[in-house]
Amino acid sequence: MYERIREKLSILADAAKYDVSCSSSGSDRKNTGKGIGDTGSGICHTYTEDGRCVSLLKILLTNFCIYDCAFCVSRSSNDIKRAAFTVEEVVALTMNFYRRNYIEGLFLSSGIFKNADYTMERMLRIVKKLRLEENYNGYIHLKTIPGASEELVTEAGLYADRMSINLEMPTESGLKLLAPEKSHEEVKRELGLIRDQSQMYNSERKLIKSTPKFVPAGQSTQMVVGATPETDKDIMHTADAYYKDFSLKRVYYSGYIPISHDSRMPVIGTQPPLLRENRPYQTDWLMRFYDFEVKEILNEGHPNLDMEIDPKLSWALRNPQLFPVDINTADYKMIIRVPGIGIRSAQKIIAARKFGRLHIYQLRKMGISYNRAQYFIRCADSPFQLTEPEPIQLRKTILQNSKSKYRTGAPEQLSLF
Amino acid sequence: MLYTDNQTYVFDGTFYGLLTAVFESYERRHKQVKLWHKDLYKPDMFAEHLEVATDSGKAKRVWEGLKKKISPTHQKHYYSAFLSEQDEIFQHLFDYAHYIFDHPKGYDSNYGHEAVLSIAQMSQKVHREKHRMEAFIRFKKSNNGMFFALVNPDFNVLPLIIRHFKNRYADQPWLIYDEKRKYGIHYDLQAVHEVQIDFKQEQALTVSDSEITLDEQEALYTTLWKDYFKSTNIEARRNMKLHIQHVPKRYWRYLTEKEGSYW
Repeated sequence: MYERIREKLSILADAAKYDVSCSSSGSDRKNTGKGIGDTGSGICHTYTEDGRCVSLLKILLTNFCIYDCAFCVSRSSNDIKRAAFTVEEVVALTMNFYRRNYIEGLFLSSGIFKNADYTMERMLRIVKKLRLEENYNGYIHLKTIPGASEELVTEAGLYADRMSINLEMPTESGLKLLAPEKSHEEVKRELGLIRDQSQMYNSERKLIKSTPKFVPAGQSTQMVVGATPETDKDIMHTADAYYKDFSLKRVYYSGYIPISHDSRMPVIGTQPPLLRENRPYQTDWLMRFYDFEVKEILNEGHPNLDMEIDPKLSWALRNPQLFPVDINTADYKMIIRVPGIGIRSAQKIIAARKFGRLHIYQLRKMGISYNRAQYFIRCADSPFQLTEPEPIQLRKTILQNSKSKYRTGAPEQLSLF
Repeated sequence: MLYTDNQTYVFDGTFYGLLTAVFESYERRHKQVKLWHKDLYKPDMFAEHLEVATDSGKAKRVWEGLKKKISPTHQKHYYSAFLSEQDEIFQHLFDYAHYIFDHPKGYDSNYGHEAVLSIAQMSQKVHREKHRMEAFIRFKKSNNGMFFALVNPDFNVLPLIIRHFKNRYADQPWLIYDEKRKYGIHYDLQAVHEVQIDFKQEQALTVSDSEITLDEQEALYTTLWKDYFKSTNIEARRNMKLHIQHVPKRYWRYLTEKEGSYW
């Protein structure tokens, strides 16, 4: 018994880990009636030795699967150990991990066993048992099983905090190549279903306060980067369209880790493209928090992200006419566009300059990256310069004066998520 | 003007003590005050100092005064920064109070001022430690149903995490004990109380596995959690530098998943 559950957990956690979504934030479910659990701004309870956050118990219900997607470790043609949890086992694991403060909640996905509805129905039983019998109010991220019926998916939305379904590949043609049984159309149908139901519940809630929550933390999706030859422009323009069309909360980018001997993809042993994966995240942040339009960063002239410098710096060097920015007079929107200045520092700058003109030493203390920002800003005591340095020269200077963990040759990763 | 220059105050290290010091300085019209925590003060034979006698009435008057002039967020920052227990922050908290009282309302957001910025930054550090505790606390279940955890936070953050744990674990009794500061918070299904534990009991907590009888399922879930932690790692992406940056070694002793790791 003891050994059997251990084996199941290692098989089904191992199979679930390639889904990179780790967020446990964005929901507003509170503990009611002295039950257990609540949600809030999200907590990373620990980090694996690869540096990724662990906030949810991320498992598959089963890794039996009728599909044969080339990029997936659980594909039907792969010769691996298979296992399946019972409903009770998943509930007991979730509750006992949660009570010990190991996790923020459950991330439940599954291979497709028998058919989509059969699988979705079992997942639904788990979340219902947690909510209704265990009085559990912690976070639940539920994958939508492609092809599951509208009734099951809609009912699941009443118990889950977040739901997601993966695009897998950034383009339809890429997906067709590796997973002929799947399509972006199906993903759009499921995303659209949850979006429309959410809107309905939200407008109803305005009239009737007791309307139940429906997927309160919204939807997300994931794309694999580096398995097929898409440009960064393809990837980010797809992400942008899905953010807008389906009001997604997050798009995740997962650097492809070779897991199969398939002539259509990189061979096993190829290093995961960690830098290639990091740049889309930086771009994603610029789009969501820094008010950038995707076409400012990636367009016909610049179809790929610069691997040597980050996308914000790259954009600034391409637009020298907008700089230098006067810290004491510029708009907030322009200040957050300066390389080396983040949201928090920008807010401090705006608040502080009401009390007097800001000097270099004050900016340094506020925590901006002055070494980088200095070429793009003017403070009260910035030395007068007759001519601004040329972008090409500037790029050289910045590269020389900054240590990049990426220029050592071995791929590493940044701590973005 | 001799009497207003460079006074030395010594206070008892409590929040009320600090606020009383502010009160005394206004009463005595002292503008330039060097404030010392009593444990850090080394008497100087050439200088006199004022021993601040903590007075909750005076302290409350100062706090009420501050509350009228600074935003609720900055009130929280002020208290959080105090909980950092850092030597240099006491002076900043003292100077900040003077700066706020001597200026019109609104100056609490002048981050160009040293004390204002220092308090904002220190409270951020304290907040980070609070958040870490919310993440890194690992409960063990004893055979009488109590979930208990030992901690050793960088700052005195237990007062800041009470609400989080009380809201989340409302249906289970729990105890969180700060080994460094020798006190704990205990939830008995009704309310949270501060508890002091005598030396013998504390020993029992530290060597918990042998002294406190654990719930019969505790070993199973400890093992499953360690298994899960290993299984969810992607070996091809191994990055120990990043791992240690997120989970600094000083916390490993208290983390179930790092039990048995070298620290």
